[in-house]
Amino acid sequence: MNKDYLDVVGRIFDIQRYSIHDGTGIRTIVFLKGCALRCRWCCNPESQEHAIETMMVNGKPKVVGKDVTVREVMETVRRDMPYYNRSGGGLTLSGGESLLQPDFAEALLRAAKDMQVNTAMESMGFARYEVIERLLPSLDTYLMDIKHMDARKHAMYTGRENTLMLENARKIAQSHMTELIIRVPVIPGFNDTEQELLDIAQFAAALPGVRQIHILPYHSFGRGKYEGLGREYPMGDVRTPDDDKMRKYLEAIEHKTSLRCQIGG
Amino acid sequence: MYDSTPVQKTDRIPKLVKNLYAKMPEIEAARAELITESYRQTEGEPVMTRRARAFAHILENIPIIIREGELIVGSTTIAPRGCQTYPEFSYEWLEEEFDTVEHRAADPFYISEDTKQRLLKVNRYWRGKTTSELAASYMAPETIRAMKHNVFTPGNYFYNGVGHITVQYDKVLRIGYAGIRKEAEEELRHCQFGDADYASKRIFLEAVILSCDAAVTYARRYARLAEKMSGEEKDPHRKEELLRIARTCDRVPEQGAESFQEACQSFWFVQQLLQIESSGHSISPGRFDQYMYPYYRKDMDAGRLTREYAQELIDCIWVKLNDLNKCRDAVSAEGFAGYSLFQNLIVGGQTVDGRDATNDLSFMCIDASKHVFLPQPSLSIRVWNGSDQNLLLRAAELTRMGIGLPAYYNDEIIIPALVNRGLTLEDARDYDIIGCVEPQKAGKTDGWHDAAFYNMCRPLEFVFSNGYDKGELASIQTGDVESFRTFEEFYEAYQKQMNYNISLLVNADNAIDMAHRVLCPLPFESCMVDDCIKRGKAVQEGGAVYNFTGPQGFGIANVADSLYTVKKLVYEKQKITMGELRRALEMNFGQGFDADTAQEVALQVAGRLEEAGQEVTPDIVGMAVEQVLTMELPAEEKARYEQIREWIDELPKFGNDIDEVDLLAKDAAYTYTRPMETYQNPRGGIFQAGLYPVSANVPLGRQTGATPDGRLAHMPVADGVSPSAGKDVKGPTAACNSVAKLDHGIASNGTLFNMKMHPSAMEGQRGLENFVSLVRGYFDQKGMHMQFNVVDRQTLLDAQKHPEKYSGLVVRVAGYSALFTTLSKSLQDDIIRRTEQGFGR
Repeated sequence: MNKDYLDVVGRIFDIQRYSIHDGTGIRTIVFLKGCALRCRWCCNPESQEHAIETMMVNGKPKVVGKDVTVREVMETVRRDMPYYNRSGGGLTLSGGESLLQPDFAEALLRAAKDMQVNTAMESMGFARYEVIERLLPSLDTYLMDIKHMDARKHAMYTGRENTLMLENARKIAQSHMTELIIRVPVIPGFNDTEQELLDIAQFAAALPGVRQIHILPYHSFGRGKYEGLGREYPMGDVRTPDDDKMRKYLEAIEHKTSLRCQIGG
Repeated sequence: MYDSTPVQKTDRIPKLVKNLYAKMPEIEAARAELITESYRQTEGEPVMTRRARAFAHILENIPIIIREGELIVGSTTIAPRGCQTYPEFSYEWLEEEFDTVEHRAADPFYISEDTKQRLLKVNRYWRGKTTSELAASYMAPETIRAMKHNVFTPGNYFYNGVGHITVQYDKVLRIGYAGIRKEAEEELRHCQFGDADYASKRIFLEAVILSCDAAVTYARRYARLAEKMSGEEKDPHRKEELLRIARTCDRVPEQGAESFQEACQSFWFVQQLLQIESSGHSISPGRFDQYMYPYYRKDMDAGRLTREYAQELIDCIWVKLNDLNKCRDAVSAEGFAGYSLFQNLIVGGQTVDGRDATNDLSFMCIDASKHVFLPQPSLSIRVWNGSDQNLLLRAAELTRMGIGLPAYYNDEIIIPALVNRGLTLEDARDYDIIGCVEPQKAGKTDGWHDAAFYNMCRPLEFVFSNGYDKGELASIQTGDVESFRTFEEFYEAYQKQMNYNISLLVNADNAIDMAHRVLCPLPFESCMVDDCIKRGKAVQEGGAVYNFTGPQGFGIANVADSLYTVKKLVYEKQKITMGELRRALEMNFGQGFDADTAQEVALQVAGRLEEAGQEVTPDIVGMAVEQVLTMELPAEEKARYEQIREWIDELPKFGNDIDEVDLLAKDAAYTYTRPMETYQNPRGGIFQAGLYPVSANVPLGRQTGATPDGRLAHMPVADGVSPSAGKDVKGPTAACNSVAKLDHGIASNGTLFNMKMHPSAMEGQRGLENFVSLVRGYFDQKGMHMQFNVVDRQTLLDAQKHPEKYSGLVVRVAGYSALFTTLSKSLQDDIIRRTEQGFGR
């Protein structure tokens, strides 16, 4: 069998083992560098540029970004096999937007499947559907971000309209090739009204096969990274939505739609 | 099928706990006086008889008390959590510490002036008669020298009883001491006048009979006391409880238990009396959920027992296990810090025929630890491929509470490891854990676990010093370290230093073993261990079916990382010379010295002068000390050492799932475990290595100079098989994988792996499930043991101040978990604030 795809090179900025909050079980998250969006609340600003950067971490400069082969990544991923087996965990691709490095993402997922490892990907779906389609045969769970249903507001806060992504969500759901879970970051002043969240939930509920929605409360843990990159933190003093509020959203969504809703990843 | 529904704790339990901890633990003199009185009366009689008669004399006369609200009775001291003394093993240290024991940092005890006077009076009798003095006289001079130079310390049994055993609780519950007495009488009848061992066998069996009777007498005293107290009691409910206690103590432990309450009380007398007979700690209840279950089931089926009352009785036992205490000498107290008696009690695992052993009591034991929230018993859980997931999740809940319990043990490696040591498969499947981490088959084994602490870093220092320490030759000479041309030659020198010092450790242990046999055989303990009665021999004489000696090594991570430094920086990359490295170590990497170290360095230098044929006087040494203390290293030299330490720091370290260094750690462990199994003990068994430190890695680290892994002089060495503190930076799975690469099977006296987790990383049902998966993933790779510190706010604050010690610490951040020390200061602050809210108890 031709395993050339193990030599595909891509750019990542971190590999995190023992991640237990993104997808099922104990997972290894590979963070791909480069994003098409510029969400104001982004907690990983170092993920946005494809270029390799230097970020100050606790007073020391740290190079962020590294080119690696799929083989090298899998050498790390494979080491936690016993924990994937016990927990139903596996590999999660995150970013950035993995779809901006489609060959690399595809090869990583394929390599994981070769090892019988569960795969998940956190992504906004920002790519032509033909690109996404290549990944689906090797992808067990697609954790898709939908941030807002209103195209203009979406563009204002993320730099892009949502049309392509919503269209992709439909196509991915209709393909029935992967478990699609919708994730919504709950951002004060952007989408934190019951109606705005319900609009997303109702869209998600109408997608064939979609059963779950995760609502993720905004947090300001990325603030230090902006400083480290010499950038201003766009969110200022915006506060994390409190637990009661989140629970209210959850109840509203579960009441009005058939979806199972979960707070956090 | 089991019932795992949790039962609430009753109001009685917090009251018992509160009373138990109302004041500082106290030393009492009664036992020391009684044993001395008895020994004075039995001069000239066989030692076995003297031991039994002394045991009986103590049990007939030692003051007894039933504490307020107790359902399970039997206290060794009048003061709660007090302790008796055991002058037959050693006493000098206590007299030396009379004035400091109350104020020392580790495990202080109150001692009254009256007690001091009473002890001084009787202790005199024991001069020249203790096991420690006899043991010392049996040792080779080289052994004593090695101990003086802190290569190892067999302090545990050198100064105390052995303990470290699980006896046949099941047998006492079944047939009582009347039944055991009958067995001894039967055996006695079979003794033939012409038997070669007639004398020793008869004397032993008579001692057993005397001991059984003594236990019964002691229980009866409690029955009478309970009756008397019931007569004076006004509360009718308590009155009834006391009468029931009286009826119970009249029946058990003489007879077999007929109810769950009788079984609980009988269990307790066994547990308590073993610790009156000898000062040994780690007397471990073992598989409590298994041998207690028949009595629980019978009462439940008959409708005589509620789950509520059963839980309350178990909770009461848990409190009582904290009532027993032991005063150790100041140095040992640091090595066993926390007033711990290491009474290990284990649940779950397999039946002898290989089925899952989980039952109602397995859950109730875990819940009891939640209810009393005290360090004893040292609760453990056996995990195997067929373990019940609910039981593991219940255990994980307890772990999450941050009490450090339970410890997790892996059947899938321990059972084959024991079979490899000659246990039958059925016996191996029935193992329990002694003390910290040591597996044995209950009621058939004298494991002599915990036989010594062996500091694996000291022989490494000898390689650099060519056997010298503090100015004198303290080991063999393996040649000038600068003369080794290859890493292999260096490694070979380390092996030679290890082998030599291991042989001295064996010499020390066997000397102490003999001393216990000669002066302190234990007939009471022996009557509950097979095949003592049949063979007519005490445990100390080799009466047990399985005999081992298990000394534990520690510092593997330091040795592995050190070897890696030497291999990479000196031999492969040739960035530094061996001479430079040696000097960097001597100069503590340029980080300065305290007075003690200055003394050591000066002596070391003096020794080398002497070796070179120069005369060294105390004056010269004194001047040298002064010089070292005030020494300002030239800036250039200091900078060079710091540079070397930085290079060392940049090298991969054990604990990050990097094969090259992990496999070096595996070899390093073998330098200890492999030679060990070639030695024999006087009881007819072999030595088997353990890899765990209790808490001795801190005090013994203080006696260790700087090591080539970059560790500074006097800092703690790595604990057990864990990576060096702060050197595992790739998260828990990577650390687990590294540790699992060691050969745990050969370390059949147990391995110990410490891990730190933050409660947030275990949040919710998913947190528990993933935690269990982590344990199972480690165990799938044949790791042996795991225990967890679930850390609180205080620890996180410390982690901010000393990030180097906590780089493996996982916390839950937001939607993810991360290594705490890699987070920004502001985020760390946030998590600390969160912890305070979420986990204030």
